[in-house]
Amino acid sequence: MSLGGIAFGVGFFIVTLAQVSGFEEFFIQTILGTDGAVRIEDRFQSTLASVRSNSPFADNRSQRKYIEGVENPDEIIEALTAVPNVAGTSVVLKDSASIDSPLRSSRIQVYGIIASDHIGVSQLEGQIRMGSIQRFQETPTGIIIGAKVADRIKAHVGDSVIIRVGDQQNRYRVSGIFETGVSDIDKVRVFMHLGQARSLFKKPHGVSFIQVSLFDRDRAREDAETIENITSHIASAWQDREKSWLEVFRAFKITGSIMVSTIILISGLGMFNTLAMIVMEKTREIAILRSMGYTRQDISNVFLWQGAVVLVVGTILGFLLGAAITYGISSVPLRIRGIFSTDNFVVNWSIMHYVYAGVTASIIVMLSSLLPARRAARLVPGDVIRGTSS
Amino acid sequence: MSEVLSHDPTVALECRGLEKYLGEGASQVHVLRGVDLQLKRGEVVAIVGPSGCGKSTLLYLLGLLDRQDGGHIIVSGEEAPLDQDGVHTRMRCRNIGFVFQFHFLLPEFSALENVILPMRKLGVLSAKEMKDRAQSLLDEVGLGEKSMRLPSQLSGGEQQRVAIARSLANKPHVLLADEPTGNLDIKNSIRIFDLLTKVARENDQATLVVTHNPDLAQRCDRILKMEDGLIVSEERLNDAR
Ligand SMILES: Nc1ncnc2c1ncn2[C@@H]1O[C@H](COP(=O)(O)OP(=O)(O)O)[C@@H](O)[C@H]1O
Ligand SMILES: [Mg+2]
Repeated sequence: MSLGGIAFGVGFFIVTLAQVSGFEEFFIQTILGTDGAVRIEDRFQSTLASVRSNSPFADNRSQRKYIEGVENPDEIIEALTAVPNVAGTSVVLKDSASIDSPLRSSRIQVYGIIASDHIGVSQLEGQIRMGSIQRFQETPTGIIIGAKVADRIKAHVGDSVIIRVGDQQNRYRVSGIFETGVSDIDKVRVFMHLGQARSLFKKPHGVSFIQVSLFDRDRAREDAETIENITSHIASAWQDREKSWLEVFRAFKITGSIMVSTIILISGLGMFNTLAMIVMEKTREIAILRSMGYTRQDISNVFLWQGAVVLVVGTILGFLLGAAITYGISSVPLRIRGIFSTDNFVVNWSIMHYVYAGVTASIIVMLSSLLPARRAARLVPGDVIRGTSS
Repeated sequence: MSEVLSHDPTVALECRGLEKYLGEGASQVHVLRGVDLQLKRGEVVAIVGPSGCGKSTLLYLLGLLDRQDGGHIIVSGEEAPLDQDGVHTRMRCRNIGFVFQFHFLLPEFSALENVILPMRKLGVLSAKEMKDRAQSLLDEVGLGEKSMRLPSQLSGGEQQRVAIARSLANKPHVLLADEPTGNLDIKNSIRIFDLLTKVARENDQATLVVTHNPDLAQRCDRILKMEDGLIVSEERLNDAR
């Protein structure tokens, strides 16, 4: 009974973690694939009060003066060579406009990019559902539009559309349609060549931000800080930009783990009960073994061994069960759009999930067998035997 | 070691001024009121006395299964320290064998395995030697044929004989038997008594046996009479060594 419970508990523990962290990882991949690991935007000037505050807790951001955008992107890209973790950079000129097709009009965000740079810092190439990046590169007036933009204005690859800013309007050709799965992006974002964007928005110099990709994404926060220090521009790491969603995933992981831990906990209680009952039933045997010279440790070892066997067998079964279910659900169809795009369950295989599950089970099972074992060891043989003879 | 206690190598078990209280608070009973006794090696001594006079309590103390409230216990020249469970356990394992009124065989194990248990704890013999010795002990108590049976497949007398074989497994210097024949008919009781006496002589082992049966007591070397927590008289029998 308790063996099965431990196995199921461990199994579901693993599945829960595999699944939540699968979605989380997928979400992170989506973030990194669209908006990159670090984004460098507005320049700031520190006011005197904050030039060098010794206290790390001082909020010197509130004392900064910001200048919108990146005026000298080349200088900054040059400076970034000092940050070894930087894998690629892409300048982006971003502004809002509206897009018109013969049928409908829609508000959009235009991203002026250098295609060859941008595919180095994003998954844009892979996110294109129709058309292609080559087609975009070969078409000077080409644009790549979000899937939802395309839906709304009923535009297809090869169609001609008008993008309007104030009284300025130009004609472009749809070379591709991309889908990130993040609806806030897919419904407004439109990529065009940087030169085209400069003339559309009449911004011959500077860019809105620089998108940076990293070799080691987990160092993004440290790198962002370094970049701020050496460039005097705001640099935001993906963990901070998407904090709210990442917190949601973290919360899911914690609540999920707690919920499935209760399965293990209940099995542990069952085991505690069983062992405690055995101790009561076997007091005579325990006493006689003690009278023969078996030590307290010998007696408690018997019970600890039972616990250990249940733990080892239960955990191994649980690992197998967890792996099997994880494998099974990874092919279950499930369509998700909104914060990322997937058509089936996403799972993440990580040895750490097995370690966490194993540690949780070990703690619970060890406690459940330790207490009965101690009780058994404490029995005074004289008391037990006295109770049985005349 | 206490100075009041001599060390005589012919003495297997000795106690001085043994005191024991049982129960709590108002219902506390002064069960043993300063018991002195000495057992020589190879000697079989009977304890008789009315029910409730403290015979079992005395035996458990002498066997280090319980803790005295006063007095000293020396087993094979070694004084049992107070409150050292580890030392008591080791002394039990090497020097003391028990037979109780109830056989206390482990029901999941065969007669042979039950006899092997104390030897396994002592850890001196190899698995093969333990098995051989267990078999020869069972032969000695007349159960050689039934060594593979579970306790439940043996009669009361047979179970008690297995328990005796088990108590002898580690060649203890002291054998303590608390009404070992209390649940048996007279024929079986005599067999078991004869067996105990024979083994005691052969192994030069001191045997202290509690009994209610005066006829059985007569088969021992000495009879100690207990009353109300004290040994009140001693009778040395003619055929004593
Ligand atoms: N737990 C206890 N609390 C109080 N008195 C007890 C307890 N156990 C035994 N006794 C008393 O201790 C006395 C000695 O018991 P015991 O040694 O078993 O006697 P015997 O074996 O001679 O019949 C008896 O009077 C009994 O009532
Ligand atoms: Mg008694």
